Amino acid sequence: MRRRRVINVLMLSLAGLAALYGLVFLIWILVDVAVRGFQALHLDLFLQDPVPPGMEGGGLKHAFIGHAIITGLAALLGIPIGIGAGIFFAEYGRTRPWARMLRSVVDVMTSIPSIVVGTLVYALMVQPVGHFMGIAGSVALALLMLPVIAITTDEVLRMVPDHLREAAFALGAHKVDVLRVTLHAARRGILTGVLLGIARISGETAPLLFTSFNNAFTELDPTKPMASLTVTIFQYATGPYDEWHAQAWAASFILTFTTLLFFILAKWGIQRNGKT
Amino acid sequence: MKRTGRLLDLGVGVLLGGLALFVGGVFPLLTLAGLVKDAWPAIEKFGLTFFVTTTWDPVREVFGALPAITGTLLTTALSALIAFPISLGIAIFITELSPRILRPVWTTAVELLGTIPSIIYGMWGLFVIAPLMANHVEPFLQETLGRLPLVGALFAGPPLGIDVLTASFILSIMIIPYMATVIKDAFEMVPDAIKEASYGLGATQWETVVGAVIPTAFPGIVAGFILGVGRALGETMAVAFLTGNVHQIPKSLLEPLTTITVAIANEFTEADTDVYLGALFYLALVLFLVSFLLMYVAKEVVFLRIRKRFEGR
Repeated sequence: MRRRRVINVLMLSLAGLAALYGLVFLIWILVDVAVRGFQALHLDLFLQDPVPPGMEGGGLKHAFIGHAIITGLAALLGIPIGIGAGIFFAEYGRTRPWARMLRSVVDVMTSIPSIVVGTLVYALMVQPVGHFMGIAGSVALALLMLPVIAITTDEVLRMVPDHLREAAFALGAHKVDVLRVTLHAARRGILTGVLLGIARISGETAPLLFTSFNNAFTELDPTKPMASLTVTIFQYATGPYDEWHAQAWAASFILTFTTLLFFILAKWGIQRNGKT
Repeated sequence: MKRTGRLLDLGVGVLLGGLALFVGGVFPLLTLAGLVKDAWPAIEKFGLTFFVTTTWDPVREVFGALPAITGTLLTTALSALIAFPISLGIAIFITELSPRILRPVWTTAVELLGTIPSIIYGMWGLFVIAPLMANHVEPFLQETLGRLPLVGALFAGPPLGIDVLTASFILSIMIIPYMATVIKDAFEMVPDAIKEASYGLGATQWETVVGAVIPTAFPGIVAGFILGVGRALGETMAVAFLTGNVHQIPKSLLEPLTTITVAIANEFTEADTDVYLGALFYLALVLFLVSFLLMYVAKEVVFLRIRKRFEGR
């Protein structure tokens, strides 16, 4: 009995240590990013374009603007298509075998390696046009977020009780009106899915490397190559200049905490949704 | 009125069905077709020898993927080996040890670890962990484990910090949240009655975990493991800084390497010939097929089993 008790305490302590291990790395990374990023934070970072490599000063205005444009366009493309597909799986597809098969493929596509999507969009858009484009980056990110949004929308709509649909139908409502009722009931959950989708794509680098590529200047035209925060971090962190490294940390600071904010907002939405 | 309503219904149904077909059918098939099309010059030239040859020579246009594939398998296996016991421990801690009020806090912490963008892991690995590895951890390992017969060979070579060990280590931290979340969810689905029965027989808490919780949640544990492995296979930016992108099969844990994703990320914009670009697309195609199959097995087979187990009651 004594031996069993010793083993019990020993193994449960190991589990506690494992949790501590995860927590240590979470805090270590966040503190490093916060401290090093905060040191390099400067108003010029948001207001200035880069200066020639190795010189003091300059900022990442081009990357902030590019990142916002690329992510924004991706959201515009991805959200309606993703939600639409999700509605179909929940409201039409539950009884159709082919729709259920499609849904399980979508579920699998949520974990497609992001770099594969980058190469795909290169083959479909960049190669035929002949040069890198900001919009190609948006398409790659949109493709990445589609499955995530579709699956979350489907799951949220499935939680809407069927008697709501039956009540609407009994009042003589058309399918479209019934959809309006269920979508209204599930709106917060769907918003959560959208936020999760945005959190998923806002930190992506690999799909942008050969689609939107990079640009040393502020570019507002999405048919031209465009800088993004993540690709710029990649370029600056691997570059040889201390000034670049500092700016990469500052950009990482902004990027990490914005992504975490989106995630926490989404999480908060889930909890509120669970209560109502 | 009634007619237009019915038409509208039909229109909306067709539209939504089209969107669903796009996401679930067109998108994956287009991925397959697009990758095969651009990989074709390399598929035609190298065929299946691509997978068993080690030369990667852009100048002579000879490409063999064995080093990249080995690198991917090696880092994935090592990171999964490190991450799995930790994730299991985290899941046990959250579901069995932590007070109920604190559970959401730990769950959120784990999820935050999974939300940090992978490029941040990469940069942190390059500036913080790689120097630590090169100056302290790896020399220490060479002094101790490196002196042993057989095992020692694994730690041969100059400790530079840009190698199999560092890349796998960073990767392991990245995949812990994916494994831990799924395993934790599976543990939470275990009915209290099963645990109570175990305690009723006089089992300790650990014996209950091993004898009742783990066997009941086993399909979920497998699913979490596979999900983490899939994540590690396809991860690019976290390891892009830490491999050195050297097309060689590493003979020790302290040698630089390359992986499928790192080769694509580093060389794609440099690839100036159809065959070179084709070779990189060929790599992307392999990665897509392997991770698709792996996820399919994880989600369909394993999740179906766990669902049957609990919902069949």
